[in-house]
Amino acid sequence: MMMSPASTHTDIKRRSPLSEFRVALKMPVLCSSCAEKRAVLKRPKTAHSLCKECFFWAFEEEVHQTIVSAQLFKHGETVGIGASGGKDSTVLAHVMKVLNERYNYGLKLLLLSVDEGITGYRDDSLETVKRNQQQYELPLKIVSYEELYGWTMDAIVKQVGLKNNCTFCGVFRRQALDRGAMMLKVDKICTGHNADDVAETVLMNVLRGDIARLRRCTAISTASEGEGVVPRCKPLKYAYEKEIVLYAYFKKLDYFSTECIYSPNAYRGHARTFLKDLEAVRPSAIMDVIHSGENLSVREGVKMPVQGTCGRCGYISSQALCKSCVLLEGLNRGLPRLGIGKHHRLHEKILLQQPLTQEEERKLKAVDF
Amino acid sequence: MCQVDEEYNGQLDHRVTPRVSKKCVKCKENTTVLIIRAGDAFCRGCFKEYFIHKFRAMLGKNRVIFPGEKVLLAVSGGPASSSMLSQVQEGLSRDAPKKLRFVPGIIYIDGNAQMIITALWQKHFYFVLSLPSSVLEAGSSATGKPPTGSSYKAAVDHFIPTRKNQNQHPDLSVENAQSHLSNLSMQEVQNGVTSPITPEHTQALKRLFASVRTPTAKEDLLHTLRQHLILHTARTQGYTKVMMGDSCSRLAIKLLSNISLGRGASLATDTGFSDPRHGDVVIVRPMRDYSSKEIAYYNRMFDIPSVFIPGLDSKAQDKASIQRLTESFVTKLQTDFPSTVSTIYRTSEKLHTACPPQNTNTQLSAKCLLCVCALDTKLEEFSAYQATLISEQLSQRRGQGHSSGGGQSQGCETGDGGCCSSAKSTVDLKSLLCYSCRLTIKDMTALDALPQYILSEAERRRSQMREEISEFLLDEEEDEAIPRVNGS
Repeated sequence: MMMSPASTHTDIKRRSPLSEFRVALKMPVLCSSCAEKRAVLKRPKTAHSLCKECFFWAFEEEVHQTIVSAQLFKHGETVGIGASGGKDSTVLAHVMKVLNERYNYGLKLLLLSVDEGITGYRDDSLETVKRNQQQYELPLKIVSYEELYGWTMDAIVKQVGLKNNCTFCGVFRRQALDRGAMMLKVDKICTGHNADDVAETVLMNVLRGDIARLRRCTAISTASEGEGVVPRCKPLKYAYEKEIVLYAYFKKLDYFSTECIYSPNAYRGHARTFLKDLEAVRPSAIMDVIHSGENLSVREGVKMPVQGTCGRCGYISSQALCKSCVLLEGLNRGLPRLGIGKHHRLHEKILLQQPLTQEEERKLKAVDF
Repeated sequence: MCQVDEEYNGQLDHRVTPRVSKKCVKCKENTTVLIIRAGDAFCRGCFKEYFIHKFRAMLGKNRVIFPGEKVLLAVSGGPASSSMLSQVQEGLSRDAPKKLRFVPGIIYIDGNAQMIITALWQKHFYFVLSLPSSVLEAGSSATGKPPTGSSYKAAVDHFIPTRKNQNQHPDLSVENAQSHLSNLSMQEVQNGVTSPITPEHTQALKRLFASVRTPTAKEDLLHTLRQHLILHTARTQGYTKVMMGDSCSRLAIKLLSNISLGRGASLATDTGFSDPRHGDVVIVRPMRDYSSKEIAYYNRMFDIPSVFIPGLDSKAQDKASIQRLTESFVTKLQTDFPSTVSTIYRTSEKLHTACPPQNTNTQLSAKCLLCVCALDTKLEEFSAYQATLISEQLSQRRGQGHSSGGGQSQGCETGDGGCCSSAKSTVDLKSLLCYSCRLTIKDMTALDALPQYILSEAERRRSQMREEISEFLLDEEEDEAIPRVNGS
């Protein structure tokens, strides 16, 4: 049987006969939840038409269900919200505050922000965070790469180039958040990772063949043992990015909406474009990817990293030296490629402060912009 | 002077292009004819050896095919399955100690209304007929050399054309195919039911596919039906193994698109070497180590005939379906990052099923009706599936009494917009399906267009479940006396 090969996917609107009727008569579509007010938006997640209030309620309620069912917090805990000034963390801060009051979580909330030292991006977004602090009346703590490591991202990019700089930023930020959390004596950190982020991570780990991360990346909260480690969770894990934008827009929240200037060259961009295309074909694809990720299982006998501690700073690490220390060492010695790629044998040498051979130095210096 | 020259003089050397060695890397004697990857340049003879060796090594390493076993080769006519066919033939014609020792049969499923009989296809067909007569002997033969006269007819007997049973799978091909087949003097297999191909069958199938709204769901459904057909043929003809010709590139694309479709739980069985989910028939994929580049080169250099049959996604746009989108994504990424396909392939090797399917009948209800993999829709801990259900509930009428497990769509507001009885049968069928088959079914408007065997199996499972809980059900007769609003 010959299928018409050029049949393209048409956007199927799922509406009841009644609303079809109303649309035909050019009458306003009613909200499918309260059926009283006029619908002002269509949910990207389920394609239902909702009015503003019902959408807010549905969105907040979903986050509440996530928090309660996954048992993310305990009564009386101090929770640090990772705030960057972007839409995810602004919405997270807002929703956490609303739910904390509405459902009596009994949490003490504060804002934690990291200054990577990217001019034209981070300094502007930090201003937004400071405004958030006033708007939500939450205490704020800012930690910067400069004071923790002695390097700003701008300086790092000058040394490393434009291809692998996201590695540095991500690794340093993780530690920076933990350090900040410990300074404030926080019990848990929550970040604004949304469904799109988690789905992208699953796809990226498959493309990169990173089986260890693939297993862990869909977990909603991280493990809570270990010295100097503050457990983290993602309350917005099942919220679509588009819905977060809609929420922020309709609530008129104050957020900073520019992308990091160094991001276009990251590998994650490929996974992101793919995911966006998937969403265009089938809107539920984002949740489907997360569902697949949660149901993956790794064969026994596959080599997995074992958790230990770093020889130099005591942070958790699966190697002799934690990634942060390795990267920092590379930067300080003018060997930017020390953290990129696999040089496990050299960790021992660095730990013991032994000089590297000429050959090793040459390999670690080469940078392609 | 320009700063660049002063400071970066040493580092900005022109990039050294990798030099291709003129001699084959294996035998180091003959000149190279092709390069597979950077650094792997082969001469003709060594390439052939390498190719054949990979096939045998794949079968030998995994040891699932026993001597004398009947193996069904699923041939679509495309390059990979034609290559597989030639490998099997090659293996069977070797000298005794290294011979492949199984009994092959071939299945080809015709998906087109007008079967494309081109010159190439005929060549392919005669190639198939040129299988050595030793193919037909099951294991050791007492008489030695078989009579040559019967080899042609017997070879034909093993070649199964578009045969579908009357009550089971409505046929796809039309009178054209029938006449062509008779021209080539083919026989239907004598122990199967030979059914006339009627227009009703064609109509039924056309209706089925017309009721599916999205190309993604169409492709998924087609794939499922094909699997069922192959499985059925294998079972009725007594084959215990089925060989599929999926290449490494195709499997990498399949892995990624399965993740996007929500089939994470069954990734290992869908893309691994052996697929034991059907119990008695095991599906193996011996071509999974070959990239499509290697197969293309081999086919060209050693004249393996293959045929391109257009499918659902031929000439479709990039974003028509998820499968098509994934294919274009992976091939584009492969050009920038040449290790993409092999990395994805390695990832698939490290996975295994989260809940391995059992073979016994008692566990049958825990398997999906369509794709026969273990159901992944448990609601134990908070998961993406549960979050989806909650979203559905929250976006609909508030306060209408939501159920915590099951997620039944209330009323006519949502769902397919059809009448209540179809909504109810949707719900019934959904509980028997895995997560991604549910998505496929969701895109169908007319569920009764599904083939009869699926609907009757669904009914059977439902009544089995009802039996199990019958002691807890209230008497149904009392209920029927009360007039129902939803008249189903």
